[in-house]
Order: sequence, then C-alpha cells, then structure tokens
Amino acid sequence: MAGDTGLKRTALCNLHVELGAKMVPFAGWDMPVQYPMGVLKEHLHTRAAAGLFDVSHMGQVILPIEAVAALEALVPVDIAGLGLNRQRYAMFTNDAGGILDDLMVANRGDHLFLVVNAGCAEADIAHLRAHVPGVIVVEGRGLLALQGPQAETALARLIPGVAAMRFMDTASFIWEGADLWVSRSGYTGEDGFEISVPEGVIEGFARALLAMPEVAPIGLGARDSLRLEAGMPLYGHDIDTETSPVEAGLAWAIQKARRTGGAREGGFPGADRILRELTEGAARKRIGLRPEGRAPMREGVEIYAEATGGSPIGRVTSGGFGPSIDGPMAMACLPADLAPGALVYGEVRGKRLPARVSDLPFHPTSYKR
Amino acid sequence: MAIRYTPEHEWLRVEGDLVVVGITEHASEQLGDVVFVELPEVGRKVEKGDEVSVIESVKAASDILAPLAGEIVEVNEALPDTPALVNEKPMDAWFFKMKVADLAAVEDYMSAGAYEDFIG
Repeated sequence: MAGDTGLKRTALCNLHVELGAKMVPFAGWDMPVQYPMGVLKEHLHTRAAAGLFDVSHMGQVILPIEAVAALEALVPVDIAGLGLNRQRYAMFTNDAGGILDDLMVANRGDHLFLVVNAGCAEADIAHLRAHVPGVIVVEGRGLLALQGPQAETALARLIPGVAAMRFMDTASFIWEGADLWVSRSGYTGEDGFEISVPEGVIEGFARALLAMPEVAPIGLGARDSLRLEAGMPLYGHDIDTETSPVEAGLAWAIQKARRTGGAREGGFPGADRILRELTEGAARKRIGLRPEGRAPMREGVEIYAEATGGSPIGRVTSGGFGPSIDGPMAMACLPADLAPGALVYGEVRGKRLPARVSDLPFHPTSYKR
Repeated sequence: MAIRYTPEHEWLRVEGDLVVVGITEHASEQLGDVVFVELPEVGRKVEKGDEVSVIESVKAASDILAPLAGEIVEVNEALPDTPALVNEKPMDAWFFKMKVADLAAVEDYMSAGAYEDFIG
C-alpha cells in the first residue's frame, strides 16, 4: 500500500500513528522511528521486558524445497544441512566475494522461507528469480518481532506452543484462525521471536500483545542501538558489496560443508576469495570500538593509529550511544591484527579522541539455546 | 526582560549583565534523548554564529551557536555528567552564560509568541 508521500505503508501504519509514533521514511517505507517513550527508554525496556517491533517492511520470500541446491549456489551457507523447522543466517555474495544482502533462511518442510532486508528486497528477488525456479514473493503478510526476556511469557499467552521453541527454531501456529509463522530469533541480542502474520489479523494480534504489561512498541531508533550493542552488522553500513563475509566477521556463518575440504566446497559467487580468506584471513575486519570519553563516534568517523599525524587506518561503519552499556560504541572497518584493548583514535569534529578496540558484542546476548 | 528565542531553537535569558543560553523544549524533543554535551571554554571570545557547544542525541549531533558576539563567562558543569537534564528540563538546563557588548541586541530575537508561530 502506498500513501500520498509515495512511501509504502505497513498494515500497522494507523496503529503506529495512534500510538504517537514519529514516522520517518526508511528504505521506501513510512516507518516508526520512535514512540513517545523515546529511543533510550524503548531500548532499555526491550532489554528488561519485551519490545514489539513492526518489521513488515522486510521482504518475505518462499522457495520450493527442491531449490536447496539453487540457493546454495548463491550463498556460502549450508542450506542442505539445515534441519527441519530450523533457521539459519546467510548472505548473498557477488563474484568479487562481497555481500549483496544478508538474510535469514528457514527450512519449513516443503519450502524454504527467506526474510531479506527492505532496502535490498527488490534486487534480492530479481537475483533469486534469475537463478532459482519457483520463487514466490509473499504478499499479504506482515512481520512482527517480539524481543526481550519477557517475550516468551507474553507471546505464550496467545500461542502456548512457542514456549517449547529454542533459539533458531521455526514453527507454525494458528491464532484466531490465522496461520502464524514463528521463528525464535531476532536482531536485538535478546531472546525473542519473529512472527509472520496475515495482514487481516496483524493489527488485532499486535494490540493483543501491546495490552500486556510487559510489552511496549519499539521503533527503528532503538532497533538500531539494540543490534549495535549486540554486535550485529547492518547491511549498507557495516557490510556491503565491497565487504567479504570474512572481513565482516561473519566466518561463523559459513559452515564446514561449504569450506575447503567440505562436502559441497565452494560453488557460490566469490568462492575463490572467500575460501582463501577463510584459510589465510583478511587484511581488514569489522571491529568493535569503545570510545574512552562520552562523545559518540558515528558512521564515517576516520580512525587513526596515532594521536597526531598519519593517515586513517579505517573508518566507523556504525556508531552511536549504547543505552545498556551507558556509553558510546562503534563498529569500524580496521586492520585485522588490532587486538582487543588496542588504542586507536577517532577524529571527531577535528579532534583525535581515544577509543579501545573491543570484543563484540558490547552487551552479552541472551538466547534460549 | 522576557525570554527570547532564536531561529536555531535556542532560548536567551538576561541575568544582570549576562545572557544565559539554552535550547528550547521544541529542540530537545526534536533531538531526542541527549547523551553527550560539550561545553565551550570559559573565557572564550566568540562572534555571533560561532559554533560554541556540541550536543549529541541518540540520533545525531548538532551545534549550538553563539547567539551574539561576546565572551563565555560561565558554563553549566552539570550537563556533561547528566545530559538527560536537557530533555527533562530544557528551560532550566542552561549551557553557558555570556558577557555581550550589546545587551539590547537580545531584543532583536523572537518573543515567545513569535517563536510559537515560527515552529508552527
């Protein structure tokens, strides 16, 4: 659905406005960036209780289960080995070994269910259609994320079966006659769920959750600070067509079966570079930084090895303030040999400010494994 | 003298021979949660429009401009430690006090009513 601004609207647009959301354009969609609670409190609420996010702007795609091999030809990930009702993180790569988009893939028995980034959805679908037979773009369903330590308690009141799910499990449930596709995953570092809901019932479903004392609506602003604290990359910022999965610190997402010596070694775009980097390492890497002062180092800030002089050794790809760690945090693309604790300098408003290389995530994750 | 407002969403209050400067409630709402404040050095001489202070919210960084030419004589030391004061009580959370050459120039800025119209 498109409004007079030319922006697409999710089925929950009216509810966001009713809840007092500040709406902003995001990847061609009119989306809530924050509610009256504000980004800081929304972030902390999600870590303490449960936050409800409208992520209906993300693309939902179905592939026939026969397309496993065709999908494996596009991603350096073990899709054939993905168990029934299990989900896995993946990325589309290009011939140069860069990342076209990152996505989630679920094995739902007779089909694969993919969730892709809103900003890349159109290109991803064209890419899939060019290489995979039987691509179905899911229409008429929205996507919600319920995240936080009380997400299970809240969601189980509507769907008792979710309590039995573990991290990265997927399942289908009927709620008020509607078929909900649930995964126990998310983009906050918290335990939680993503729920694909038919548009006809999504507002009623969202209202039923929001009526619970644990649940508050959370906007894209807090979604960004939550994922950054959890050390997760954001496509178009921390990862892009110039960044390889190894440089992005995503080697963990490339299973043994697709690596050198594996059962289905290589056979994805950019395999030469990616397999080589898995063995030899990459010269640069996505690295966490904790600025020593209070000043945030935001995207684009240049990083130097020295307090004065010299040339930049990299730049910040995402940065801001972490409400749960109560301080600034950043991710930067830097020489891979920088060890945690190493001192570097970010140039903010003409001044070189010290920052320490930090392990990711900045805030510990708490998945129900 | 009543409080005056600049198009950059700062408020000015005359206190004796000094001008006290802060940001408006409208500005603090637009910025969102403030997480960092950098204050000017006491004794710094500034021209009108100079960037004298930095404020960063969860969303973005913005500058606070000197509304008049003069000298910074006092800064609010509480703000760097507790930036949230800017959101909680924007009209109390002053940033700096200036000694200005021409105190009457404060009057050139908007009245409360004119500022209300300005922000629509």
